[in-house]
Amino acid sequence: MSISLEEVEHVALLARLELGPAEKEAYTQQLNAILGYMEKLNELDTENVEPMAHVLPLANVFREDEVKPGLAPEAALDQAPDKHDNQFRVPKIV
Amino acid sequence: MSGDYEAVIGLEVHVELKTKSKVFCPCSTEFGAPPNTHVCPVCLGLPGVLPVLNKQVVELALRAALALNCRVAAFCKFDRKNYYYPDLPKNYQISQYDLPLALDGYLEIDTEYGSKRVGIIRIHMEEDAGKLIHEGEALNPGKYSLVDYNRTGVPLLEIVSQPDMTSPEEARAYLEKLKAVLQYTDVSDCRMEEGSLRCDANVSVRPAGSTELWTKTEVKNMNSFRSVQRALAYEIERQIGLYEGGEQVVQETMAWDEAHGVTVPMRSKEEAHDYRYFPEPDLVPLRIEAEWIGRVKEHLPELPDARKHRLMQDYGLSAYDAGVITASRDLADYFDACVAAYPQAKTVANWLMGDFSRLLNSYNLEPRQAPVSPAELVELMVMIDRGKISGKMGKTVLEEMFATGKKAKDVVAEKGLAQISDAESLRPIIQEVIAANPGPVEDFRQGKEKALGFLVGQVMRATRGQANPALVNELLKESMN
Ligand SMILES: [Zn+2]
Repeated sequence: MSISLEEVEHVALLARLELGPAEKEAYTQQLNAILGYMEKLNELDTENVEPMAHVLPLANVFREDEVKPGLAPEAALDQAPDKHDNQFRVPKIV
Repeated sequence: MSGDYEAVIGLEVHVELKTKSKVFCPCSTEFGAPPNTHVCPVCLGLPGVLPVLNKQVVELALRAALALNCRVAAFCKFDRKNYYYPDLPKNYQISQYDLPLALDGYLEIDTEYGSKRVGIIRIHMEEDAGKLIHEGEALNPGKYSLVDYNRTGVPLLEIVSQPDMTSPEEARAYLEKLKAVLQYTDVSDCRMEEGSLRCDANVSVRPAGSTELWTKTEVKNMNSFRSVQRALAYEIERQIGLYEGGEQVVQETMAWDEAHGVTVPMRSKEEAHDYRYFPEPDLVPLRIEAEWIGRVKEHLPELPDARKHRLMQDYGLSAYDAGVITASRDLADYFDACVAAYPQAKTVANWLMGDFSRLLNSYNLEPRQAPVSPAELVELMVMIDRGKISGKMGKTVLEEMFATGKKAKDVVAEKGLAQISDAESLRPIIQEVIAANPGPVEDFRQGKEKALGFLVGQVMRATRGQANPALVNELLKESMN
């Protein structure tokens, strides 16, 4: 499997990354190297291996349904580039 | 719908779970709080935080899954659904993708052809997004949107039906029933106007009786059960119109425009649906033991269908009446409270389905918010039974009870509804009573005061208790002397 320049551009767009021509080229090569290694792993017989859902051998970590105070709106909005009336203000996207 | 076609409808419903705190952080889920007052580093998606799953979310999700006859997965996990939109501060939503909590359920609905089973494909847990308010007005749109993250991280269930419904009416019946089940089990409030129940529909048409699947569209932006029904009816006719005119249906997302009563295509970017799901590394998976499932199952309350049958069996209500009353847990609870004090169940049912429901609707109230308690409604029914007021007056009295919050007997007393107080309308009845009871009349004339009481009673009976007793007394004496 190999990844094309167009696919790199598509993934970059989805991730909202603006890449220059040299970067696109570099990432195409790097991603292909990574996927090449995956191909190598694919040679292994995983017929009887359960897909791994998590790296930790844990399940069922819960918290009880209790309310605790969070941040004050001033603190929550402190680092916001733009705000209005205790709300984050963003360019309109429809 | 034109007779040559039938519709194929599947519904995707999101409901907010009734927890106190959010799904992955301890922020409150309270509705209607000032903007950004129920937020913390976790739900704001600040770097370095870790989500921890609220156990009650799983508990409620299990309750819904079992009440909807699903198979609960022994093992499930969370995944990240990636997309960029300002209502999502992390740029991904924590959801469940390939291993959802529950699969393969069904819901029985009532249709005009009898009972029908609608399949449920899957139920999964996820987090809600924030709320965007677009600045400016419709005619003068602004350049900005304001974001409130109070709803971000509120727990949701997504319930996906099979495309088993064939008409807008069936879709509505499914929603009503789903709402009833989720309210009975206390899983969700299901208030569409507060956004605690949302519904998207997949709809296509095909030649009647065929089993093929033609191109479907997705309809969004429906804000009430009624608008779901209207939107589907419109969309079905639109699709039929296209085929009849030799055109094709394009697979796309349509928005329901309530004001104009039409569906319109929603503009969306092609890559909007490229969500690149992957397992959420910050949350460990869930192993749901049979013991947990058993415990939830054991504690499931009486569900709408069972309650409907109980009302039919125990009180002799018709299937229709029992269905209407049990469609809302609230109304069914109100009914039970009434019949505990007043055994004429059919009378209670008539009041609840008639004037009581009409008044609730006009005041936009749920039964539990009614200004008239079950005990107060019973009092009114008893007054009617005892002839204190007529049934017709009872309706007026109930209206007044809703309007003022007063008790029936106070309304009756204040409005003088109970009594006929003019001599002219009483005289003919008094003459009749005198003519019909010569013995007591003679006794009275002999000086037996007790006989007067008997005659007054006869007049009261003849006027169904509406005569003014003092006046009756006076008129009787006058006529016999
Ligand atoms: Zn939070």
